[in-house]
Amino acid sequence: MKHVDEYRNKALIEKLAALIKRAASRSYIFMEVCGGHTAAIHRFGIPSLLPDNVRLLSGPGCPVCVTNNSFIDKAIAYSKMEDVIITTFGDLIRIPGSSSSLEKEKARGADIRIVFSGLEALEIAKSGSDKKVIFLGIGFETTAPGTAVTIKEAADVGIENFYVLSAHKVMPPAMETIIKEGIALDGFICPGHVAAITGSSAFSFIADKYRLGCVITGFEPVDILQAIYMLINQVNNDSPSAEIQYSRAVTRQGNVIAQRLIYEVFILSDEQWRGLGVIPASGLTLRKEYGRYDAESSIPLPPSVNVYEEHALCICGEILRGLKIPPDCRLFAGTCVPQNPVGACMVSNEGACNTYYKYRRNE
Amino acid sequence: MCLSIPAKVVEINGNIAEVSVGGTIFKAGLQLVENVEIGDYILLHTGFAIQKVSEKEALETLKLLTEMENAMNQETSDEAC
Repeated sequence: MKHVDEYRNKALIEKLAALIKRAASRSYIFMEVCGGHTAAIHRFGIPSLLPDNVRLLSGPGCPVCVTNNSFIDKAIAYSKMEDVIITTFGDLIRIPGSSSSLEKEKARGADIRIVFSGLEALEIAKSGSDKKVIFLGIGFETTAPGTAVTIKEAADVGIENFYVLSAHKVMPPAMETIIKEGIALDGFICPGHVAAITGSSAFSFIADKYRLGCVITGFEPVDILQAIYMLINQVNNDSPSAEIQYSRAVTRQGNVIAQRLIYEVFILSDEQWRGLGVIPASGLTLRKEYGRYDAESSIPLPPSVNVYEEHALCICGEILRGLKIPPDCRLFAGTCVPQNPVGACMVSNEGACNTYYKYRRNE
Repeated sequence: MCLSIPAKVVEINGNIAEVSVGGTIFKAGLQLVENVEIGDYILLHTGFAIQKVSEKEALETLKLLTEMENAMNQETSDEAC
């Protein structure tokens, strides 16, 4: 496939691995903060191509993993209402809430439907159903503009029975939280698709303020290795900057249309992240003008829903902060497996525990 | 969720394109991108085209990588001497 196969070229991969080995004159730790990168890094065996002194750590980049229990609990509470249809991306359906999951509720008869986009959820609302259709809006800057388009379309066409339960988030504040925690890091493999929307400039503060390397990176093995090589050079030359490796999709200013749409419909708000706590101005809440589409303000929930419990032994939170890796968890690959996940990181295909289980559990 | 796939635009009807990922056809909303034409590649993410893939930049990256590879081969053969 074009724009894919070129970046899986074996000779190029070997050369880049050799270049990295040669340039790596000290120890380096780089964090990837995109679930797509976590999945690609393990799928393509990138760690096995790196010398021991170049280590990669997974950060809080899997949107379903950082969605906290209370969001799932709210979605479940809505799904129990007779006149509600829940529409969701497939990734979210198996994430455990405090005491159940959307998948379990669906099995018990709740009307929960998997959709591929917000517009598909809107179609269900348009199709004459008198039920309230709630779309579970999760994801970072890549997904939020699609939800914004959907809400604007609902407003334009005058759809009365469509709502969004938003847990949309923006990525840079979470990266700053990780940095402030003081984890030893030399730089970030920055999220290529988030940056396709935000532009590389959204990450410049990391290089300027915290003097850490930043490379906006694509998702194929050549992309990732080239980015690691660029990061090593930034560290060696003490010249951190938000460089773009993934230039076929990312510019400095990003997708201005999408940025405008996000902030036309949403406003930044404090947001709870699984494992990271509340991060100021990191969430996207619907603006007042679109408040009628906000499920939480339009469809009241019983007050008992906000119970918030995690499994006592699950260390998803520490894994999302880069403090621990999946094999450090007592539940990993025993009690907690993809077929029967305890924590969110084992559910998602982009979760650190899930990818580690699939590709590296026998190491 | 973070997965966005390069997809080739094969048909455009108003704000919706049909795009091909290795022969499988998906729908992609075009509300977030401008000047998309049939034959262009876009990044498909949760039902929307989130960005056009720049052919020019893709070729630049590959050229740079090939140059790096050649330079390294040159260096290696110099070392062998």
